[in-house]
Amino acid sequence: MAERPEDLNLPNAVITRIIKEALPDGVNISKEARSAISRAASVFVLYATSCANNFAMKGKRKTLNAGDVLSAMEEMEFQRFIAPLKESLEVYRREQKGKKEARKDKDKKADSEEQDKSREDDNDDDDERMEEEEQNDEEEVDN
Amino acid sequence: MRGERPGPLRGGKMATRLSGGENRLVSLPLSRIRVIMKSSPEVSSINQDALFLTAKATELFVQYLASYSYKHGRGKEKNALTYSDLSHTAEECETFQFLADILPKKILASKYLKMLEKEKRDGELGKCDEEDDDEEEDDEAVDEAVGS
Repeated sequence: MAERPEDLNLPNAVITRIIKEALPDGVNISKEARSAISRAASVFVLYATSCANNFAMKGKRKTLNAGDVLSAMEEMEFQRFIAPLKESLEVYRREQKGKKEARKDKDKKADSEEQDKSREDDNDDDDERMEEEEQNDEEEVDN
Repeated sequence: MRGERPGPLRGGKMATRLSGGENRLVSLPLSRIRVIMKSSPEVSSINQDALFLTAKATELFVQYLASYSYKHGRGKEKNALTYSDLSHTAEECETFQFLADILPKKILASKYLKMLEKEKRDGELGKCDEEDDDEEEDDEAVDEAVGS
């Protein structure tokens, strides 16, 4: 998927903003320090992914899930992240649910039929899921 | 919203910022995080929650690495975060040890080339210059030991 090495970089502007939020006002961050942190962040992603994947494999699952990532944090000795992560995951899930319902409402209006086959565990797959879901939605509308 | 700076930000700028994007939960782009995760060959698929969590964790990591390095680094006196603060962290703090390979103690290429040249020359002339270099490195090490 990622063929060019720059695909593995994170956007500098965003990284810089995140660093600035963590430091007191007026601290100067050298350019070298920025790019070093950015590289470190990419490596962190890979490290976390590989740890999480080990947990998924242990559980004989093919898809990385939230629990795997949280276990990875613990294994990597970033326990301090776990509580804030759980918090934002909850907010995120609520947000996603809200979005989904908004979309469903739209579909209903188009179709005027009640089809509440709510897919609760649709967080189950990755990008393929999105496509699948789009198709399913269309099918439902067509019914 | 965390850490928005109370400094002399002009109202106009602030307003554009707020209207620009809704208060986002995560500022790193999920698509890019996914690409990085998928570049790992053994990973077959990632659910949306795991992707979100990894992105969020990366943000926390960036903040932690930056603030830790600043707090424990030498740049603090100069109100700056420098590369050597970061490589120092990677070397000294166990949690950040996995970064040691990508944040090596810095030596300038020019300096390294000079060292190589000197070594070549000194092969014939003796080794006093090389000793000079060693001393410089020792000094740095001492400074850092004091700094931490």
